[in-house]
Amino acid sequence: MSKVLMKGNEAMALAAIKAGVEAFYGYPITPQNELPEYMSKHMAEHDRVFVQSESEVAAINMVYGAAGAGARVMTSSSSPGIALKQEGISYIAGAELPAVIINVMRGGPGLGGIQPSQGDYKQITRGGGNGDYYLYSLAPESLQEAVDLIKEAFDIADYFRNPVMIAVDGLIGQMMEPVDFDHPVPKWDLPPKTWAADGNRKNGREKNIINSLYLDPAVLEQHNLKLKAKYDEMKRDHQRYEMINMESADIVIVAFGSTARIARTAVEILADNGIRCGIIRPIAIFPFPTNAFDEIPDHVKDILVVEMNTGQMVDDVRLADKCRRNIHFYGRVGGIVPEAEEIVEQVMTIVGGDN
Amino acid sequence: MPDVKTVYKKSPGLTDYTLTYCPGCTHGIIHKLVADSLVELDLLDRAIGISSVGCSALNYDFFSCDMVQVAHGRAPAAATGIKRVRPDAILFTYQGDGDLASIGIAEAIHAAHRSENITIVFVNNAIYGMTGGQMAPTTLIGQKTTTSPDGRDAKTTGLPLKISEMMATIPGATYVERVSVHDPKHVNKAKKALKKAFEIQNNKQGFSLIEFISTCPVNWGMTPKDAIDWAVENMIPYYPLGVFKDATKEDDAQ
Amino acid sequence: MINEKLIVAGFGGQGVMLMGQLLSYCATTRNINTLWFPSYGPETRGGTANCSVTISDAYVNSPVISTPDSIIIMNKPSLAKFQPKLKAGGNCFINSSLVVDIDFRDDVTLYKVPANELALELGNLKVANMVMLGAYLKVTGLFSNDEVLAVLKQKFTGAKAKLIDINKKALELGQQAVAS
Repeated sequence: MSKVLMKGNEAMALAAIKAGVEAFYGYPITPQNELPEYMSKHMAEHDRVFVQSESEVAAINMVYGAAGAGARVMTSSSSPGIALKQEGISYIAGAELPAVIINVMRGGPGLGGIQPSQGDYKQITRGGGNGDYYLYSLAPESLQEAVDLIKEAFDIADYFRNPVMIAVDGLIGQMMEPVDFDHPVPKWDLPPKTWAADGNRKNGREKNIINSLYLDPAVLEQHNLKLKAKYDEMKRDHQRYEMINMESADIVIVAFGSTARIARTAVEILADNGIRCGIIRPIAIFPFPTNAFDEIPDHVKDILVVEMNTGQMVDDVRLADKCRRNIHFYGRVGGIVPEAEEIVEQVMTIVGGDN
Repeated sequence: MPDVKTVYKKSPGLTDYTLTYCPGCTHGIIHKLVADSLVELDLLDRAIGISSVGCSALNYDFFSCDMVQVAHGRAPAAATGIKRVRPDAILFTYQGDGDLASIGIAEAIHAAHRSENITIVFVNNAIYGMTGGQMAPTTLIGQKTTTSPDGRDAKTTGLPLKISEMMATIPGATYVERVSVHDPKHVNKAKKALKKAFEIQNNKQGFSLIEFISTCPVNWGMTPKDAIDWAVENMIPYYPLGVFKDATKEDDAQ
Repeated sequence: MINEKLIVAGFGGQGVMLMGQLLSYCATTRNINTLWFPSYGPETRGGTANCSVTISDAYVNSPVISTPDSIIIMNKPSLAKFQPKLKAGGNCFINSSLVVDIDFRDDVTLYKVPANELALELGNLKVANMVMLGAYLKVTGLFSNDEVLAVLKQKFTGAKAKLIDINKKALELGQQAVAS
């Protein structure tokens, strides 16, 4: 099929519709408003549900309810709104429900700003709410990748019975790119949702309970270990990353989302200057692509982490690299997007410093 | 052998779990009324109950229909989420005064505002029960709680919130009634109100809320009998019983 | 090998966003990679607005353009902001109706187009953006008028369909302005 030029927020909405999302619950916040706006128009056309809730807190609890009833459901928001949703996200993970949450990140903390940011990295990759849980978290760098990952995200959520976070920034939400919506994505093998509390027991099935409350510590411990097994499986079998220009690399950049795209331009400029630079691009930021760091050529001594935050991913890089290399960081914050030339300068300084 | 006739039995809408409620608490009666209403209207197979946070948090084990336990105050939002994707299900939330009148007031108001086709069972005993007897928005003036040890003072804590009266002012609300379960006559009346609410929902006529005047003998520091008397003498005068809104009648009148 | 990086800037309401989008639509129709990114937020309402457009045979890397190949400048404040970024030897398209008394760089190619006057000749100031787009397309040769008009025909339907003709004329006036 031919490609369609669409704005990121709208493309992500359409991707969810293509993935069979049955309900969207959300609340306005910049820079993701085109997403619920698109849903408000097009969900009804497909005889599906759109509700503009009274708050982000209500929206995520609507998601919790619909997910518990077995529906494919999603919400979207931006950083401060995602922070508000953390209560519900914790419950969704605790009750083992599938849901897709899109975070079009903006600057923080607090009300922060509305320009692009990756300042929610820690919140996203550490769960975000109370208790022991994680979100399978995907950080696409382009609209085609965002659309493909959203289409697959509903399967991933159903497979793990766990929320999936799509972590993008205001750049990806606001940009337009051509997208092929029929681009094939992996299909996961999914069992029927026999656990759903959908109020349909005419066939005589036993009642179902959706719950995250376990007052008996021994029972809660077993529940926590069951959840941990899922996260261990994610870490073991479902890391996602791209290695760019790695075979010939003398220095490596680690960057995700639109920052990785800017790093690609930096790598081109560096090549023109005779410096061979590779990129590890985490596509999933949870689980973190620890395996990628074993594939870095031995002679590489330096890693530069580039993010639109103050270095939230650096800890993960250090842990994955296991002290094999020097870890450097460069970031822009406040909604300022780093330019390729700034990254080039950082790499030049590191390479020069080694000489 | 003489003829044996069953004159009273547990509702099939309830499971065999032992209730966790304190002696003398009226939650048991209200559970029974909800369960009976669903059974008598043949709605139990389609029912989904929302357990909130408070003493009734564990009632997902007590009702024999599908149950969803939710975060504090968010029951009407969760019920909305379910009802919109499963419109044939019958949704009821079961919420106390802390859950609905305090932390969850926004969700309750907006479910009514959107005229969500759900039923809220609101149990008002003028106190936070499960957390140990703290002041609620519905605590009466002068009433002693663990966070109003000298009695609720209007000067610093305002006046008790009248939920039914307030919800009745919301244009989207279809049916709002306050009932009590302090004697058999009122128990029967309360059941009628619940059945009316569920019928309204089944007819897709919109939002209904039934407020129950309830007691908390343990946290009020009274015997069950004294608690019932206290509710009748103090709560009902401030929280009068009756139908505060019936849009189905207004429809008939038009 | 196409690899064009353009920034379009002006006041909100001058049709700056649409100019960039039209180029991205043309690229999409031809199955060429493209990326359009707008300034967003309160500044676009009455203040300055800009968008970046990359059109490339290869995958588009950075969504933000630090060194554009061309800039289209619709008002004075935008020149101050974007002229320093333009690559040496790049194309600088100026709406000379509004951008006056300014020092221009001497290491770039300057195209002065009195877009407002030309649009008013057609009777509608709103097509000043299409005049500028016409000039840009004439110089870069990226897309034909027919390709742009095909996109406009998809966007302008119903009551708006009658606007196609004036947009066509505006493109042509812009082309003539830089022809000599």
